[in-house]
Amino acid sequence: MRAAVVVFPGTNCEFDTKYALEKISFDVEMVWHKEESLSENIDLVVLPGGFSYGDYLRSGAISKFSPVMKAVGEYAENGGYVLGICNGFQILLESHLLPGAMMKNKNVHFISKYHGLKVVSNENRFLSKTKVGDILRIPIAHGEGNYYIDEEGLKRLYDNDQVLLTYCDENGEELNPNGSVDSIAGICNEKKNVFGLMPHPERAVESILGSEDGIKMLEGFLG
Amino acid sequence: MKVVVNVSLKEGVLDPQGKAVHHALGSLGFDEVNGVRIGKRIVLDVDGEDKEKIKERVKTMCEELLANTVIEDYFIEVE
Repeated sequence: MRAAVVVFPGTNCEFDTKYALEKISFDVEMVWHKEESLSENIDLVVLPGGFSYGDYLRSGAISKFSPVMKAVGEYAENGGYVLGICNGFQILLESHLLPGAMMKNKNVHFISKYHGLKVVSNENRFLSKTKVGDILRIPIAHGEGNYYIDEEGLKRLYDNDQVLLTYCDENGEELNPNGSVDSIAGICNEKKNVFGLMPHPERAVESILGSEDGIKMLEGFLG
Repeated sequence: MKVVVNVSLKEGVLDPQGKAVHHALGSLGFDEVNGVRIGKRIVLDVDGEDKEKIKERVKTMCEELLANTVIEDYFIEVE
């Protein structure tokens, strides 16, 4: 299995992401954002975390115009799997590959800590190795993770089973760190091939670092 | 020509920054403030004479980049 990890100016989680994907047996190639096409036979494209273009204007707003994003859009259009983590999620929202928008955290602080996540749906490739109701421990690290979508859009997300993960405490009770609508931490598109989440599964792949739950998530892409 | 674009969060969308500033003003004793909304002011220096045409172009800029119309409104002033 081959994965492409896209690197923008200001991306800073690309090596952690590469490490995590290689750990579960992916061959990984880094793709600079100036590239206009992706290699053939890529099984997964990951937009990693960081601060692409310094978060200028809005997080992810400038990155969507990088040449590689046209290729990523076409790849997704053809059914290819795309995963956006943190800033990658913000880029997918700005690119309209996923619905909704990100706002500053409700308490206006940058939050960096381990957080509980509850699996809401596993009827998709990404979370296929998890069970509904599973509680995962994954680090979050963001200042703009306050997910917003209007009521109509939210209803569509639920109707199509697109809400994948919500924030919770260690017992699975709802615990909202950033003000996101319905404590949503991760979603997918209607076709269920484009995924976005604010937490960092790639930072939870070694028990010595506190959790291996990220492996369970990423392994879904192995099929 | 100078064009000013004001971008603000839509009504009904909670403004975390505005709320924090509102709270801080309250702590300073400015009890008369009923609400605070924070936005962005983007000043463009644009070539051209035709104000209507410029406004139309800047509107496209707003839709494509300057504002995220999912959560933000924009207002254009051509000076």
